[in-house]
Amino acid sequence: MSTPTIEREPVAADAIQSFTATLIIRRFDPEVDEEPRWEDFDVELFPTDRVLDALHKIKWEQDGSLTFRRSCAHGVCGSDAMRINGRNRLACKTLMKDLDITKPIYVEAIKGLPLEKDLIVNMDPFFESFAAVQPFLIASSKPDKERRQSPAERERFDDTTKCILCAACTSSCPIFWTDGQYFGPAAIVNAHRFIFDSRDDGSQVRLDILNDKEGVWRCRTTFNCTEACPRGIQVTQAIAEVKQAIMRGKP
Amino acid sequence: MSEKSAGTVSAPQPDKKYPLPKLSAPKMPRGTLYRGNTGMWSWVLHRITGVAIFFFLLVHILDTALVRVSPEAYNAVINQYKTPIMGLGELGLVVAIGFHALNGLRIILIDFWSVGPRYHKLMFVVVILLWIVLLVGFTPRHLMHVFGG
Repeated sequence: MSTPTIEREPVAADAIQSFTATLIIRRFDPEVDEEPRWEDFDVELFPTDRVLDALHKIKWEQDGSLTFRRSCAHGVCGSDAMRINGRNRLACKTLMKDLDITKPIYVEAIKGLPLEKDLIVNMDPFFESFAAVQPFLIASSKPDKERRQSPAERERFDDTTKCILCAACTSSCPIFWTDGQYFGPAAIVNAHRFIFDSRDDGSQVRLDILNDKEGVWRCRTTFNCTEACPRGIQVTQAIAEVKQAIMRGKP
Repeated sequence: MSEKSAGTVSAPQPDKKYPLPKLSAPKMPRGTLYRGNTGMWSWVLHRITGVAIFFFLLVHILDTALVRVSPEAYNAVINQYKTPIMGLGELGLVVAIGFHALNGLRIILIDFWSVGPRYHKLMFVVVILLWIVLLVGFTPRHLMHVFGG
């Protein structure tokens, strides 16, 4: 069966040239499949399109059963983390022109979390370890005015405030794949955000939690997390800072 | 009449197994290999060399312990080590220990040096260069000993 999208001519000859890209998507329907399977789709795209646009075209024009998460589609909500050509990326931030379109593009769900359907995984273990590090301000003192913080003190944890909880880092971590007990980079990043916040009084609690056997010491500095982070957070650096804080006994 | 009975006739129950559509899919149901960078591959190599060194140490402790059993048995085992196959094994041991030691220093710097994580790739290049220098110095001389130079 031919798809109408393939034969369609570009609107204008001098416009940006479109091309046909092949996407090979690892699909899994729990009601039908026992094992995930690969399925390929040909999509006509522009170099300025993103992988998310390709997935939309497939879902809207070719196969409505293709299942994936996306909400804002602009790299803020963190719902569409997936493995694109073997690397964790946000589909909404990965442009087609940055991929090698002469070869098929492999798209699959992130690794290490239970696969639910197609590109959707169960994020519960991820959010459980996020919640376990108490990612909220713990302040015992009740000041009369606002809690003052100098720009330098704010700068100390600025990098780790950028996290959007997309799980690209945690599901790129070889330790997390083999041992789901490990807190994972995202939880440690969000602990770092409060451990080094001068307004927070709960640092010791979080350092004790992360000093666990399955805490920061499981990090083997593979730097997969740092390279996967769509927000450019220096994840491994943050984990190393938490390790050093635990050894010092204070942030 | 037929319309009325149509509601009561139950649709044929689909089998538990649906027919799967034929797909031109590459045989890779396990998913692709994660394409990590130098950090991930240095970790893989570190783990492989680490396990290899562990097994060497196990054998090494056993053969050294033999001297308590009988010095003759110990000498017999040590003489076995002077064969060319064991000589190549020793080369492999130096290859593994050389990488494991140098990369271990790199990991220590990543964990303890405040700017270590920023220079992890540069440090990996330095580790590989030092490793090569070490092996270039060691290998010819060692092979001369093994093959009677």
